[in-house]
Amino acid sequence: MSASLVLILLMAVLYAGGVYLLLGRSMTRMLLGFLLVGNATNLLILIIAGPAGLAPIVADGVEPSEMHDPLPEALILTAIVITFGVSAFLLALIYRSWRIARADVITSDEADVAVGGADSSIDDEASNEAEDGSGEDTEFEGRAEAKTP
Amino acid sequence: MIISLVGFALAGLVLPSLTARFGPRMFVVAAAVPAAVFAWLLLQIPAVVRGETPTELHPWVPQLDLALAFRLDPLSLTMALIVTGVGALVVLYCGRYFRRGEDGLGRFSGVLLAFAGAMFGLVVSDDIYVLFMFWEATTVFSYLLIGQYTAKRKSRGAALQALLVTTAGGLAMLVGVVILAVESGTTRVSEIVADPPQASGLITVAVLLVLAGALSKSAQVPLHFWLPSAMAAPTPVSAYLHAAAMVKAGIFLIALLVPAFGETPGWRPLLVGIGVLTMLVGGWRALRQHDLKLLLAYGTVSQLGFLTVVVGYGTRNAALAGITLITGHALFKATLFLVVGIIDNRLGTRDLRKISGLGRQAPLLAVVATLAAASMAGLPPMLGFVAKEAVFTALLEDAEHGAPLGLVALIGVALGSVLTVAYTARFLWGAFASKPGIEPAEFVHEHVDFLVSPAILAVMSLGLGIASPLLDPLFGQYADTVPPLSGEASAVSAETPDAAHLALWHGLEPALGISAVTLVLGLALFAARTRISAIQGRVPALIDSARGYSRIVHLVDRGAVRLTRLTQTGSLPIYVATILVVLVAAVGTALALVGELPGSFRPWDSPAQLPIAIVMGVATIAAARAHKRFMAVVLVGVTGYGMAALFALQGAADLALTQALVETVTLVTFVLVLRRLPSAIGQDHGRRHRIVRAVIGVSVGILMSVVAVVALGSRIAEPISLRFPELAYEGGHGRNVVNVLLVDIRGWDTLGEMSVLVVAATGVASLVFLSRRSSDMPRLGPETERPRWFAHRKRMAEAPIEATTSAGATPDGAAPSQEKGNQRTPWLLAGKTLAPENRSIILEVVVRLLFHSAIIVSVYLLFAGHNIPGGGFAGGLVAGLAFVARYLAAGRFELGEAAPIDAGKLLGFGVLFAGGTALVPIFFGVDALTSTWFEAELPVIGHIEFVTSTLFDIGVYLVVVGLALDILRSLGAEIDRQQEEDHGDESSPDDGIPGAHEVNTLSHTPDEPTPDTPPTTERSPR
Repeated sequence: MSASLVLILLMAVLYAGGVYLLLGRSMTRMLLGFLLVGNATNLLILIIAGPAGLAPIVADGVEPSEMHDPLPEALILTAIVITFGVSAFLLALIYRSWRIARADVITSDEADVAVGGADSSIDDEASNEAEDGSGEDTEFEGRAEAKTP
Repeated sequence: MIISLVGFALAGLVLPSLTARFGPRMFVVAAAVPAAVFAWLLLQIPAVVRGETPTELHPWVPQLDLALAFRLDPLSLTMALIVTGVGALVVLYCGRYFRRGEDGLGRFSGVLLAFAGAMFGLVVSDDIYVLFMFWEATTVFSYLLIGQYTAKRKSRGAALQALLVTTAGGLAMLVGVVILAVESGTTRVSEIVADPPQASGLITVAVLLVLAGALSKSAQVPLHFWLPSAMAAPTPVSAYLHAAAMVKAGIFLIALLVPAFGETPGWRPLLVGIGVLTMLVGGWRALRQHDLKLLLAYGTVSQLGFLTVVVGYGTRNAALAGITLITGHALFKATLFLVVGIIDNRLGTRDLRKISGLGRQAPLLAVVATLAAASMAGLPPMLGFVAKEAVFTALLEDAEHGAPLGLVALIGVALGSVLTVAYTARFLWGAFASKPGIEPAEFVHEHVDFLVSPAILAVMSLGLGIASPLLDPLFGQYADTVPPLSGEASAVSAETPDAAHLALWHGLEPALGISAVTLVLGLALFAARTRISAIQGRVPALIDSARGYSRIVHLVDRGAVRLTRLTQTGSLPIYVATILVVLVAAVGTALALVGELPGSFRPWDSPAQLPIAIVMGVATIAAARAHKRFMAVVLVGVTGYGMAALFALQGAADLALTQALVETVTLVTFVLVLRRLPSAIGQDHGRRHRIVRAVIGVSVGILMSVVAVVALGSRIAEPISLRFPELAYEGGHGRNVVNVLLVDIRGWDTLGEMSVLVVAATGVASLVFLSRRSSDMPRLGPETERPRWFAHRKRMAEAPIEATTSAGATPDGAAPSQEKGNQRTPWLLAGKTLAPENRSIILEVVVRLLFHSAIIVSVYLLFAGHNIPGGGFAGGLVAGLAFVARYLAAGRFELGEAAPIDAGKLLGFGVLFAGGTALVPIFFGVDALTSTWFEAELPVIGHIEFVTSTLFDIGVYLVVVGLALDILRSLGAEIDRQQEEDHGDESSPDDGIPGAHEVNTLSHTPDEPTPDTPPTTERSPR
């Protein structure tokens, strides 16, 4: 099947813009990027669905091959609605972050950054040697019935 | 045998609570378990000697050919007797060794019994995988036992070391075991050994891997270091671990496999080489120890090397000597450790530089220790002597028959025996001799009950030495399974040596001479101990694998931290970028390998696509560069509406409808939230970051367009969807194929999607309702029930426009008495709750007129959707928009009045409804989601049809409406309320655009929404 060049170029632009926004630190930008990538992906499915056709509604005199493929349509429809639900969730996240921290910008995770600095504090317990057996290591040092002088 | 195992397991489970309650004397009771098994095993001896092999088989996982198979052949019977006999005595000894109230004694007692049980299981298992499981179980239990003194750092380190080393070996062994089992076609050890698979490179590798496990378990150089460290365990554990369990497992495995695999390439040189080296290294190290226990520990290393050589050598007489040596070693080494435990317990030290004159103080102890030491040094008439004689004889005769390796082994073990004699003498001297310059020890007095276990063991060493011919029938039967000569020797010599027999006196044989020489040399070495220790001080440790171990552990730790730091930078953009770069690299590589691009191009499907695409493209690029929040949102909205147009052009009517509706609701939602945020989008990275982001973005875009072309070009088969129209019409009784797909053909998908929506809506609500769980919409109520803030607003709202335009700063409670101005009739119920300057009478009128029509349209879309574009999604969205309009026109009280039902209930009810509809058909004996239809001729209305899948669509409709209401009550009404809460105290809530005040104070941005705010939201909702 041949592809519509206009749609493919548009999809590329949508992906590029979406990813560009998605990689930002501002949560609003990330959400907008998410929406653009969502649109681009729906477009991708639409492109793969094949050429334009009649609406997939059964009527006299309309052959299935004349219709636009209904299966990708169902997939896209599901995707549209779910994207809406998820963006509402992300918006609530943005609002909460703003209300609590007055921040729309995602900062680096503190715990992860802390790991980076923990290098010197490794506890190398295993390097503790028993090779040079010292006589002090006894189970009954202070408790034996008769101590050595 | 399974009963014995269950007994051990039960004892291990019950004992902790008993010991914790009744103290160490419970060990005496617990010793009954291994003792009973020991007694049962003794009763099996006659049968086994007759040549019978008691077996047990309990199917476990038949599909994997895995069974709890047990057998008692001469070797496993001998090992089992050692494990249970020594085990019983050690457990008994614990009763005197520990004191009441010691930390973790309960756990210790349970683990010790479990350890004994695992060891017993290991030696009697006939299934190679079950054997491996017991093998690893001993590793785990020994870890717990060695680490008994959890408060001691040294103890924990030693336990971990033992665990890591033996588990690493165990993993290698597992690979070997699997190969062996697969190549043999059976998991029965007895069958594998009786009929070993054809020798091949694979089998050699498998056998060597199994040996790696055995050698690590039996503490052979260079993995020997864990055993001396493991003496951090309580002394009874050391006694058991070194004498009868754990380290003997490796030797046992070698003994088990040598009849079948003794001639595997590499087997004999490897075992002889490593064994001799271990024997010498262990003996040499033992000579310089001051801690009696550590001296014995290195002695064990040395003896294990000895055992490896003899047991692994693989001739009939060597095997006989080997099994005798295993028994002899178990008896004397357990005795000696228990003696050291008594010394430590009594004197509080194990340092031979501090102990003096103990022999005179504790003669009984000295006698017991001397008997065991004599066996260790190989003095007649001890069992150790019998074993050593047999070893020398066996190795010598194979050497005489032409095997040079036999000679190497003989010289090696003879040298090792010299060291053994020397460190045995050092032990006895160190523990009991009177040393000048050291004050004699004060040994309280000898407790006979404490001495019971070591005494029994010592007497066994003596008794079995004298009565060694009695062992011959049992041990000889095992030995007979091994060929009489090594491969090398049998290639040279045609005649085979006679089968040896165990006896104290064989006459004046070469072996006796060797024994005598080693004895003399050993004593000489001991006599020269001061000079020797001076030499030892100067010679650096040649094999210091303990340091290598700690270095490896340290490197792994550091590596883990470095890797974590490298990959977990904590920056979300970097994580996302990593994912995308991997996507581009992986999929890009795959596409590049595809080579040519299938498919062809055409400029467009219809010319109208071009202008739409240009607008969308420009909007996308502008959105990416936008600095104002609302601007970016609107630009993204443009692409969304563009999508709707493209869908429509393509012939996807349902998509176009839904996309347009969703886009509108999304825009409103955005504005509801963004009104609280500053109008400028937060700062971003510098130029370099922007370029990197752009590069990644463009790469993804290019990649995806190639993916689209390739995917489209790859579609060569006839799509199944060609049959959907027929399916939809005949099966689903609907003309709109997409709708039937959603509610019928792919109904489960839709049900899943609805769940996602419910989760998202719940998430929105729980994120926004910070401090309370609010399920009720705010509603207009009787005056008395209104909250204070509401009464305040109400007064403000009812004031005449002229008065309130300047009343913005009127403090709360000081509202002017302008009640007369309540002349305007509200078009919407809650319209008058809004500040007059926020009200738009036109909007109220329009909403009033349109609301009911919109609801009717939404219901029409819902029911008609089965045959024309529409359906539950579209209908629900239209209804949602109608509520949005009510809310925007008259605020949150209007929302409560318009939809008095709780959004959460609506969501739950929707899912239940759809789910119920999906499940009901099951009760009629058909598949879930099966639909049916009814039709009837009604008077007046005419012909009507009803398809049951419409009920499913009603569920969808309810969920979508619920989602819309949930968003409105959370992001709309609740944000309003919180905003008033934030402002209520310092200023009037009616001072202009909501949120503007706050935004103004937080960022230096214009407080008016940008001019490109969409018309519907120009007036912020109140």
